[in-house]
Amino acid sequence: MIESQWVFVLAILLFLIGLYGVLVKRNLIKIVIGLMIMEYAINLVFALIGYRSEGTSPISFNGAEQNAAAIFVDPLPQALVLTAIVIGLGTTALLVSFAVRIFEKYDTFDVRKIRKLRG
Amino acid sequence: MNLLPLFVIMPLGSAFLLPVLNRLWKGFPSWIGNIATAFLTGLSFWVIQYAAETKTFAVGGWSLANNIPIGIIMVMDGLTVLMLLVVNFIGFMATLFSVNYMEHYTDKGKYFTLFLLMIAGLNGVVLAGDLFNLFVFLEITAIASYSLVAFGVGAEELEASFKYQVLGGTASAFILLGIAFFYHATGTLNLADATNVIAGKSGSPEILFIGTLFLVGFALKAALMPFHAWLPDAHPSAPAPISAMLSGVVIKVLGVYTLIRLFFNVFGVDTIVSFKEILLFLGILSMVVGGFLALGQKDFKRLLAYSSISQIGYVIFALGIGSSLAILGALFYLISHAVFKSLLFLNSGAVVYATDSRDLNKLGGLYQKMPVTTTTAMVGSLSISGLPPMGGFWGKLVIILAAIEAGHHILAGIAVLISIVTLAYYLKVLRMVYFGVLKKAFQNIREVPFLMCFSMIVLAILSIGLGILLLPQVRDILLGPAVQVVENGIDYAKVVLGG
Repeated sequence: MIESQWVFVLAILLFLIGLYGVLVKRNLIKIVIGLMIMEYAINLVFALIGYRSEGTSPISFNGAEQNAAAIFVDPLPQALVLTAIVIGLGTTALLVSFAVRIFEKYDTFDVRKIRKLRG
Repeated sequence: MNLLPLFVIMPLGSAFLLPVLNRLWKGFPSWIGNIATAFLTGLSFWVIQYAAETKTFAVGGWSLANNIPIGIIMVMDGLTVLMLLVVNFIGFMATLFSVNYMEHYTDKGKYFTLFLLMIAGLNGVVLAGDLFNLFVFLEITAIASYSLVAFGVGAEELEASFKYQVLGGTASAFILLGIAFFYHATGTLNLADATNVIAGKSGSPEILFIGTLFLVGFALKAALMPFHAWLPDAHPSAPAPISAMLSGVVIKVLGVYTLIRLFFNVFGVDTIVSFKEILLFLGILSMVVGGFLALGQKDFKRLLAYSSISQIGYVIFALGIGSSLAILGALFYLISHAVFKSLLFLNSGAVVYATDSRDLNKLGGLYQKMPVTTTTAMVGSLSISGLPPMGGFWGKLVIILAAIEAGHHILAGIAVLISIVTLAYYLKVLRMVYFGVLKKAFQNIREVPFLMCFSMIVLAILSIGLGILLLPQVRDILLGPAVQVVENGIDYAKVVLGG
């Protein structure tokens, strides 16, 4: 079995790669991809945190008490990750559509050439 | 209390009703937008009577099991009541202003839909009793305001909004990562429940790490100085009523309120080492740098945006002092800044509406043609610069007194100095926009329509009279309970769960 903390380290590394993309890249689309990588890294971390090995679903059938030794999985992280994925879809769609509109106005994706605002 | 979900349902429902009704009659958006915000304002005045107590609402009837919350709860205490009042009242004034102002733009239906979504998100953030809902509503507000900033779809608006989205998205990512580790540390996302768990392991490295993630995320949302880059672009590019909402309300709810709630009520401000010092530092930095950058601006709305950074600095500075008097000052200044900054942005909107220009060098002499705008702008400017007996003066006075009381003499001096700088750049605005010689191009302009004047006049009267809130009898109604909530700190859990 892989030591679980290494998965976390890799996920945080993924987060940092995304952050690097947002901070360093000059192309609008690459910045958007950087943000997406960050989001996915966080979702991965969160899903991993919610993972219980050999856990069962927190549902009791017919009102019967389940055996006390069973480990229940808290559905909260999964619910939040699902929500975060949907929110991520919304923000990404918005960002990409803005990138397209900016391309129509400026004829470039290069952030160095998109600077009408200064001061 | 059964009323609490109305604060979210009402604007959310109206927002989704609008695109349907908009096809039937073009007048619906303005009416529905205004009725919804007026209703919410009424509702938030009505809940003032409960400010001293803490009301909870268990969504779906999932109440406490063994004192552990298993469902979603909404919490309304003194601080929430105060923020609800600010959000909905300023929202109402902005929608009144929008009726005429938004005729410059293409689609009122979409505008009001987004506006109401933003209000729903803000109310939701303030009422949320757990981090899950707080995050979701925070994102609703953020997405609505990203689109509203770019509502003009010009090159500059799109550029500003893209910048805002990238930095806002990064902030949300940090907050979500913080929430993930928060869940890992506490096993719950309910704020009150988590408070009890955190109290047991205060000062552990894990809590410090979570605190840092949250601080970075929410400071980005609040546009504190090292994290401010998006604000001077985003706020001026938006339509004026939206600038008023963003500067007056959104940065306070998403930034300042959440910082107060998480760090004072959940983590406990003293358990996180040197958190207060960090706030003091960020506050002073925002105050000074924002103030001096505002001095040099040529664009009317951009100047106001830098001024927002500087004034938010006062609030954060006061929170950093952390004494009872300072928190009173911080919350009072938060309200009064919401009132006069939205007034000033609406003034700038009126100027843009009449002249179609926001370049300080091209404007001038508008007092001859626009008496109402000029008078209200003077009131707002003098109030924000802290001239007695305007509202802003009392706020700054309380904050500076609290700083001296706590022994921060030099910092208090800096705060006084920046208030003079504030006066300087607002006098510059008054001189270059409203007084002086009327330019030839503006010979035929007229005063803005009645509704726009009306909302400016109401806000102007409030920014003169806000000092009343500090009178002892009045203070006990609204500000007292809010200060009490912040001061109680991590007793928040007992109040929410025990009641």
